[in-house]
Amino acid sequence: MTDQSIVRTLYESIGMGDAPPQAARVIVHHNRVLGTQLVPGFEVQVEEKPDGISAVVTVKEGVRIAQPVHMCFGMLPEKGLQRIELRIRMEQRSAATLLAHCTFPNAVDVTHAMDAEIVVEDGAEYSYLERHVHGPAGGVLVLPKARIRVGDDARFKTEFQLVQGRVGTIEVDYEAAVGQRSVLEMVARISGRGTDQIKISEAAHLCGEHARGVLTSYIAVRDEARCEVRNTLVACAPYARGHVDCKEIVQDNASAKAVPVVDVQHSKAHVTHEAAIGSVDTKQLETLMSRGLTEEEAVELIIQGLLT
Amino acid sequence: MSENGHLEIRNLSLCLDGRKILRDVSIDFWAGRVHALIGPNGAGKSTLASAIMGLAGYRDFEGDILLDGQSLKSQSVDERARRGMTLGWQEPARYEGLTVPAFVLAGAADKSPETVARVLHEVGLDPDRYLTRKVDKTLSGGERKRIELAAILAMEPRIVLMDEPDSGIDVEALERIFDAVKGLKQRGATVILITHSLTVLRHAEHAFLLCCGSLVDKGSIDRVAGYFENKCIPCDHHNAREVAPAGAGRP
Repeated sequence: MTDQSIVRTLYESIGMGDAPPQAARVIVHHNRVLGTQLVPGFEVQVEEKPDGISAVVTVKEGVRIAQPVHMCFGMLPEKGLQRIELRIRMEQRSAATLLAHCTFPNAVDVTHAMDAEIVVEDGAEYSYLERHVHGPAGGVLVLPKARIRVGDDARFKTEFQLVQGRVGTIEVDYEAAVGQRSVLEMVARISGRGTDQIKISEAAHLCGEHARGVLTSYIAVRDEARCEVRNTLVACAPYARGHVDCKEIVQDNASAKAVPVVDVQHSKAHVTHEAAIGSVDTKQLETLMSRGLTEEEAVELIIQGLLT
Repeated sequence: MSENGHLEIRNLSLCLDGRKILRDVSIDFWAGRVHALIGPNGAGKSTLASAIMGLAGYRDFEGDILLDGQSLKSQSVDERARRGMTLGWQEPARYEGLTVPAFVLAGAADKSPETVARVLHEVGLDPDRYLTRKVDKTLSGGERKRIELAAILAMEPRIVLMDEPDSGIDVEALERIFDAVKGLKQRGATVILITHSLTVLRHAEHAFLLCCGSLVDKGSIDRVAGYFENKCIPCDHHNAREVAPAGAGRP
């Protein structure tokens, strides 16, 4: 396949006809960079490695990028390893949203490992929206790991979502330290089926005064799928506020476990947690059924809402 | 068989956890009319509504429920709904992530976006403010109640059970709900208002009074309101605690 046809196939797999014309973008297939488009203040240095790439992304001080930056990481072969090393620095008062599509539409035995270090400097705003597209076989091992430092008066948001195909195995490992008056939000939305395995470990340390953090997991598992969510929120500064929220819908022979850890180390901090795990709520179900939806249609709509 | 919306409750008795909640209740809800099912807390009103709708835990009872002459006993909630019957909950469910349009259109007869705007407008909600909202904890109880009513209007049902339509609703919003009830009647729907409020009762055409699981009075609004006001409100027995075990006589 030519590079052009690979790009087209990758974009088709994520439901986009072609790369967005104006937006900044980086397109990576396995260990090759097939396309980049930069905008002023958005710098990318990429090094191709034997089994992936290493990239340093910088958004320069005061630069606010209006359109989301699109990153596409993918592999079309059925088997292989893709290792992504990302070093992201949001300089002071900069702002950007990165929309990353990770697509493995034909995967039978593919490993996608991401190792990210993200620094959001004082006053900066950073959103990282990661959308996964997998094939129907579930043959993907996804290992996203990120270490995040959020400065003062900054905002950080990450959202992980499997939008299509089978999970395979996902092991999310994110950890963040949050400075004064900063806001952190981590959201995971995943639906597992078959023999999928989902492990989520997210931790945030609210180190600065008035720091705020929310860790949210919305998971649905069915068939024989397994899920374990460990969300940890540590509040060690005055007026730090946090919330851990985990909702998991379990059907068939699937199983789910949630371990919210709330660690408050200052008398003026406050952290709450909420977990609801189990079958679809009867009242939700019967409300939709009383509008004429079958039980299956009602369950599907409830899960769709939870995961979208 | 004609499909008018005539609902018959025939000698219905229902036990929950070994206690008799409904006792030999027989009621005719006539097609195209607005009925009130009134009674104090614990009288069995919501239990009767749940049995009529066929909700889980309320399907095992003596007697029968017939819609246009056909028994509903073997029919599931969704089968009843597809025959045109629906229920508005006292406290509507919340749904993480489900948008107002998705919720409203779930059972809509016409699934076009115009339907959402129309029914939201009918219940007094500005569509522009609600099209991107979720039916979750960010909505107040009153907002959820009105959005549920909007979903019911979109469904164009023939029989609507509304459990405590005034609970959590401010005065202005309540007027919109009563307007919607009028609209349902004008479209030929049978409406059953379940309430312990005389204000709600006054918006019905015919009433049934339940006490301790039994039908104790029925008839015009004035008649039943008088009975409720003079006998039920001053009554010092507490239904929830005083409902006698199965087999006991009427209070």
